[in-house]
Amino acid sequence: MENQRNSHQPLLRKLLMISIAMFFFGFALVPLYDVFCRMTGLNGKTANTAAAPSTRIDTSRRIKVEFIANRDDSIPWNFAAEVSTIELNPGAIKVVNFHVKNLSAQAMIGRAVPSVSPGAAARYFKKIECFCFAEQPLDAHGEKNMPVQFYIDPQLPAEYSTITLSYRLYKSQGQTVNR
Amino acid sequence: MSQEHSQSIESANTHHADDAHDHKPQGFSRWFYTTNHKDIGTLYLLFALLMLFTGGSMAMVIRAELFQPGLQFVDPHFFNQMTTVHGLVMVFGAIMPTFVGLANWMVPMMIGAPDMALPRMNNWSFWLLPCAFTILLSTLFMEGGAPAAGWTFYAPLSTTYSNDSTAFFVFAVHLMGISSIMGAMNIIVTIFNLRAPGMTWMKLPLFVWTWIITAFLLIAVMPVLAGVVTMVLTDKYFGTSFFNAAGGGDPVMFQHIFWFFGHPEVYIMILPAFGIISSIVPAFARKPLFGYESMVIATASIAFLSFIVWAHHMFTTGMPVAAELFFMYTTMLIAVPTGVKVFNWVATMWRGAMTFETPMMFAIAFIVLFTIGGLSGLMLAITPADFQYQDTYFVVAHFHYVLVTGALFGIIAGVYFWIPKWTGVMYSERLGQCHFWCSLISVNMLFFPMHFVGLAGMPRRIPDYALQFADMNAFISIGGFLFGLSQLLFVWVVFRCIRRKGEKATAQVWEGAEGLEWQVPSPAPYHTFQTPPEIKSGH
Repeated sequence: MENQRNSHQPLLRKLLMISIAMFFFGFALVPLYDVFCRMTGLNGKTANTAAAPSTRIDTSRRIKVEFIANRDDSIPWNFAAEVSTIELNPGAIKVVNFHVKNLSAQAMIGRAVPSVSPGAAARYFKKIECFCFAEQPLDAHGEKNMPVQFYIDPQLPAEYSTITLSYRLYKSQGQTVNR
Repeated sequence: MSQEHSQSIESANTHHADDAHDHKPQGFSRWFYTTNHKDIGTLYLLFALLMLFTGGSMAMVIRAELFQPGLQFVDPHFFNQMTTVHGLVMVFGAIMPTFVGLANWMVPMMIGAPDMALPRMNNWSFWLLPCAFTILLSTLFMEGGAPAAGWTFYAPLSTTYSNDSTAFFVFAVHLMGISSIMGAMNIIVTIFNLRAPGMTWMKLPLFVWTWIITAFLLIAVMPVLAGVVTMVLTDKYFGTSFFNAAGGGDPVMFQHIFWFFGHPEVYIMILPAFGIISSIVPAFARKPLFGYESMVIATASIAFLSFIVWAHHMFTTGMPVAAELFFMYTTMLIAVPTGVKVFNWVATMWRGAMTFETPMMFAIAFIVLFTIGGLSGLMLAITPADFQYQDTYFVVAHFHYVLVTGALFGIIAGVYFWIPKWTGVMYSERLGQCHFWCSLISVNMLFFPMHFVGLAGMPRRIPDYALQFADMNAFISIGGFLFGLSQLLFVWVVFRCIRRKGEKATAQVWEGAEGLEWQVPSPAPYHTFQTPPEIKSGH
């Protein structure tokens, strides 16, 4: 009986290894998901770093870019884009301002998370400078304009004529002043 | 008891060395300390029956609320708790433990093993379950109530917008997961190491085959579930941002990880039922199973495909067309091995000398009604159509056809098939037939009209609905109550057998039944195959 039990050990150990490996595989899906999305641009996430300026302008077509600004319940700020849509040639560099106003009597820090729709167009949306690259502190009742400088990569496939850039503003975690 | 002792004398040749073990302790300590696969199988089955009625009574609350439009009995938050806990209890408390219980009872007898390979772990994996469900169900009585985010507990419903029952839910799921993984390991080790000499792989009964594949699925995906509930826990309590966009996470990623577990999970809940049906149909058609090898290959193919179809649950989350097409075609591909199985069952019956005892009736109902569930699954797999069906009662109809008339009918068929072997007496055929017809009619009253209200646009998981759905919902609720009541007949049949009321069963029980489990006396003695049996032929 004792021998028989020992003979189960190798197989049991292998099965245990599989289940432990699968537990960590569940967590490995998190960075894998990010890598996969960055490679394919599936979830509309744009690059978090500044892009190089464009080198040519494609005057043969015009792209409509829409701007959406909304905020999380956690942050009592006004947040809006100064224009709702613009049209531009691929390769042309534009600056659009977003206006924020802190409605509360507390200084706090905001963080805007961008998303581009359709997701597959995200990788052609090049930001040279963006307020979303950094955290945005604002004094009590303070307000300011936050610029995003961007262009559309002329390699954008022909089937895309409208691109939507959406920002959602969150209160920055753990960095709150006076809380 | 005296009957059991006389049985063990009759079958003395099968367990000569361990007669002393037959003097098992009585009462609580017998069941609490038991390492006997038959005792543990019985515990699993009785626990699952209790959970079936617990989850079923929640379904009755849901159907009572939906009997009329407007809010009558429960508030929306409690309604959400009911749908959530009903799903969790049925999936993790009723269906999965029943299959493990059936495996405990039948697998060692089918492969000629004296017991499960790891009897003490077996005891532990059972007794974790009552602990897990005590934790889960206790949240119903706490301030703020039980989890209400749906059994799929999508973030941020389960993180940002949930109450502290989340912590209880997460630990309960951890315990259920550990229990399932240990159960699965035990079954794999038993089948790999304890087969009787001559019991080669391609002689294994299909129930054993389907369980090996199910056990590997369990080992592969239950740890992923444990991982995702852990992420929910740390997102809610420890400031991580796996699913929180503000911290750089992504709520859609929750759905990917959850369904990476969730889709294999639905096959965990159906493959053992395929095994049961593959045992029953040949016995009552008095013909060997048609296409044994293709059955094994089909089961393995379904298991493999289940890992690459998960995003068909998420077509509306916004995926590129290439991904939607990939998941649509792989999903439809599952219809091929499933079709092979249905074809083989029908071909087994073809020109067989069929009789229609209760297990066979449930098996035939399984084949027909599971196919209906499979066809509505094909409809849901069509991406553009899914945008219309998503989150409607059509989906509810689909997964109840595969889980109730599929998995549950398979289980009931298996219980009727094997209960004479477990208890030594035949169930009452008259009550069994009565239970079958009541269940068949009421279950179709309950779930079939859901297809229509779903296609007409009635959303799921909402306690109220538009007036035009009123008549259909009243009809569905009546079907629901009748189906619930019909199951009381089942309990009566089972308890009559447990009380040994009925005709004494022979060892073979069914004229056409073949396999090692039918060679031991009925009821099966406490210890079987202490010396390995001789394997003659066939599967």
